[in-house]
Amino acid sequence: MRPFPVIQTAGALPRPVYELTNVSKYYRGGGIVALEQVSLSLRQGEFHSVIGSSGCGKSTLLKIMAGLTPPSKGRVMLSGKPVLGARPDIGMMFQQATLFPWRTTLQNVLLPIEVRDGKAAAEAARPRALSLLELVGLKGFESVYPSQLSGGMAQRAAICRMLVSEPDVLLLDEPFSALDEITRDFMNMELQRICLERGATAFLVTHSISEAVILSDVVHVMSARPGRVVQTIEIDLPRPRTLDMATLPEFGRYVSTIRNLLDKGAFL
Amino acid sequence: MSDLAQPAVYGTEGEDTVWTERVSLISLIPRWVSMTLLLVAFIGIWHLATSAGIVSPLILPSPTETILDLGFVGRGLLSGNYMLAAFWVTTQEVIWGFVVALVIGVSLGILVGETSFGERAVMPYIVAIDTMPKLAFAPLFVAWLGFGITSKVALAAFISVFPIVVGTAAGLHAADENARMLFKSIGASRLKTLLKLKIPTGLPQFFTGLKIASISVVSGAIAGEFLGGGQGFGELIRVAASQLNTPRVFSLIIYLSLLGLSMFAIVSWMQYKFVFWHRTDNGVRARAGH
Repeated sequence: MRPFPVIQTAGALPRPVYELTNVSKYYRGGGIVALEQVSLSLRQGEFHSVIGSSGCGKSTLLKIMAGLTPPSKGRVMLSGKPVLGARPDIGMMFQQATLFPWRTTLQNVLLPIEVRDGKAAAEAARPRALSLLELVGLKGFESVYPSQLSGGMAQRAAICRMLVSEPDVLLLDEPFSALDEITRDFMNMELQRICLERGATAFLVTHSISEAVILSDVVHVMSARPGRVVQTIEIDLPRPRTLDMATLPEFGRYVSTIRNLLDKGAFL
Repeated sequence: MSDLAQPAVYGTEGEDTVWTERVSLISLIPRWVSMTLLLVAFIGIWHLATSAGIVSPLILPSPTETILDLGFVGRGLLSGNYMLAAFWVTTQEVIWGFVVALVIGVSLGILVGETSFGERAVMPYIVAIDTMPKLAFAPLFVAWLGFGITSKVALAAFISVFPIVVGTAAGLHAADENARMLFKSIGASRLKTLLKLKIPTGLPQFFTGLKIASISVVSGAIAGEFLGGGQGFGELIRVAASQLNTPRVFSLIIYLSLLGLSMFAIVSWMQYKFVFWHRTDNGVRARAGH
């Protein structure tokens, strides 16, 4: 079979997973422009972040990518197919862990399988869920109810729930911003470890510059009103990243570049 | 060990700074003791008011009279005479009224809480009817359904259906934005979202409505008997009051309250069983740190 020419232009690069072309979102019949002409492409195994002040439309962008809300204009393609609604090949994670108190940790992790394919499929996925819980360090907590988990542990369980259906891409909406800073740093390193281990493709929405730099291969800086990507910055730091890298001069340069862009965007 | 390596330690000299927090006296006594004390005080004042002749015994019977009558009615209930028959009639009205209210209330609650049609078109009418004085419908129910048990069941159900509708609808709205988004993102159908997210999330609100209904259903049944005759406890109260037999009225009310109390207890027990994750709410919640 002849490879599709557009995708295979640069032979060395992995295939693009997500491709957004001129995605715009208007509210109130065009009166409010939440997103304007956002184009980006996310390749297999890459970790991208989008950063911007609150209200810049980054969460709207993520919802459009996830198929939770339609764009007003533009095109969203995932694995070569248009995104026209929620997709099983997308895993999502939110600011709150959103574990359900009437389900044990394991039952919470298995929820996407149970909802999509029924109880029997969830039962069959048990070993996978258990090994995921082990991967995030929650072994022994599988039959515990969420009220007995700490904030960090709850977010780990949410990671497992996101990963259990083996999605091609992970969409992360400020997943650790509700945690304290010490826990957040730790969870970010855990997230990196899990992503590297699984070769995951991830897209993170954040408002923490250092979090974006430490985790990402590419950072998209957004400005508000209208929400658009003002610059895309490649972060050329070795993997795996460590928290100590925050003291490197390159790290500082990336942070200050992004901060300058954000300052400009905020006062436009 | 070198003295120089020791960090400075404060508070090694001088006295401990232990001090006592002020605690209200009442919190030092067990709850049942304070409750009993209050009851004893209440009966004491009641006794003084009646024995000193401040209040006429026709208006307020003495505690002794009331307790004696409680014994009389209790013996009547146990011996299975007309009082037990009356109590059974009222109990049936209460139970059937509650069942009817539950069925209609949950159906309407789901209609209002789950569909836009229900929320936009039906809900305003429910609120409008809820604001009406519902007891005023009693003569209508009697005219429609006669003097038998059915008209009382209807009034009891009518009065207690609204908290169930409101509780069910509020419960179905209780799931937060994140949870809805999560269900949307995993491609859950409307039915799956209802069954696996909205209904379990809304159970606490539903049971709150059910508790209110379980109490008002007894008032509904008694009001129905007052206004539409019949053979229940309400009729006994009406007769006793017309004979100025106030001790009897008091003791009948106390036995009736047992009916309301058991309804409430059953609903509370069901809530405890089904909403097990709310039990620890005021207890240990290790949500603080990592």
